[in-house]
Amino acid sequence: MSVKVKVPTIMRKHADGNASVDADGATLSALLDDLEAKHPGITKNIRSEDGGLHRFINIYVNDEDVRYLGSLDAEIKEGDVISILPAVAGGC
Amino acid sequence: MRYDSLLDAIGDTPLVGLPRSSSKPDVRIWAKLEGSNPTGSTKDRIAKRMVEAAEADGSLTHDKIILEPTSGNTGISLAMVSKIKGYRLTVVLPENASEERTQLLELFGAEIIYSPAEKGTNGSIEVANNMAVAEDTYFMPFQYGNQNNPLAHYEGTGAEIVKDLPELTHFVAGLGTGGTLMGCSQRLREHNADVKIIAAEPELGELVYGLRSLEEGFIPPIFDPEILDRKFLVGSSDALRATRELTEMEGIFAGISSGAVVHAARRIAADLDSGDVVCLLADGGWKYLSTRAWAREISEAEKGVSESLWW
Repeated sequence: MSVKVKVPTIMRKHADGNASVDADGATLSALLDDLEAKHPGITKNIRSEDGGLHRFINIYVNDEDVRYLGSLDAEIKEGDVISILPAVAGGC
Repeated sequence: MRYDSLLDAIGDTPLVGLPRSSSKPDVRIWAKLEGSNPTGSTKDRIAKRMVEAAEADGSLTHDKIILEPTSGNTGISLAMVSKIKGYRLTVVLPENASEERTQLLELFGAEIIYSPAEKGTNGSIEVANNMAVAEDTYFMPFQYGNQNNPLAHYEGTGAEIVKDLPELTHFVAGLGTGGTLMGCSQRLREHNADVKIIAAEPELGELVYGLRSLEEGFIPPIFDPEILDRKFLVGSSDALRATRELTEMEGIFAGISSGAVVHAARRIAADLDSGDVVCLLADGGWKYLSTRAWAREISEAEKGVSESLWW
């Protein structure tokens, strides 16, 4: 079951310069493992030392932040679109 | 209503129902119209409080220049407060901010320094920080790290919502500094611990996310992501469409971040059988007219908005 993963600029060098790649996984954790297997180095900065998500990384499933959907245990379904973006300041 | 000073007229903004925005009879969506504030945005609340707190503790005196990185609204609010209280103000603004923002800042007497458009707000923060470190004539309120920001919302915005709609079940606001979400969530949950707090986060231009390293990432010091129940990423296209629909369906003329908030609110409402969802509409549409956001042809509007700083 394949989903589309949009890759931020900072990680594209691990994805042959592509802005999006395909990956498999029933959970976010499994998906990240698959991404890493296909594109070594790409998840280096995504996970923090304690195994959770790096605080400066946001991952969205269908535009919803996975932190509130179970984080690494978040369920991924066929057709989902995953976006990975670094945390930046919103304007005010 | 009578006030001795314009500053006293900040806040107490209307909460209006959006009867055409929910398709379910028992799910009501409400909008708090922060565009009704004196300079047209919710930032009047925090500008007043940050400046007055600094006056009270002595960190701001008339020999200092107020300096702030801003995409516009906070700068404009600070400019109004500075004009009334007699302070000089310098703002650092990304160069793709709409022309109305520049005009408003200038007419209130602020000095503007532009930061690179492609670096977004991260860029303006960087420039302002460098200036503040180099010169101690500056006093920087720093809305991203100043507790008076969420406090203004705790005491003002949140308290007003509780008074007007004690039965609210959900609160949706944009995530910029995090002040509105932090201050309001605290006040709303004191009233009812079950209120759900939802953030709408802007999906910005590609270049803004092009950090050299993750360590350049930024989370506002005042913001604790744990307080949220859900967070939605909203792109300029969806935000624009929702902003136009607000005018078309509800007669409301709001800024584009308001559209993003209503877009997220509709996603929440779709999952509910009953509820009262409050949306925080941060500003009116005035500053976005030059982006052509309400152009007859949506393609013209999309082009105008995507090229500008819409948040």
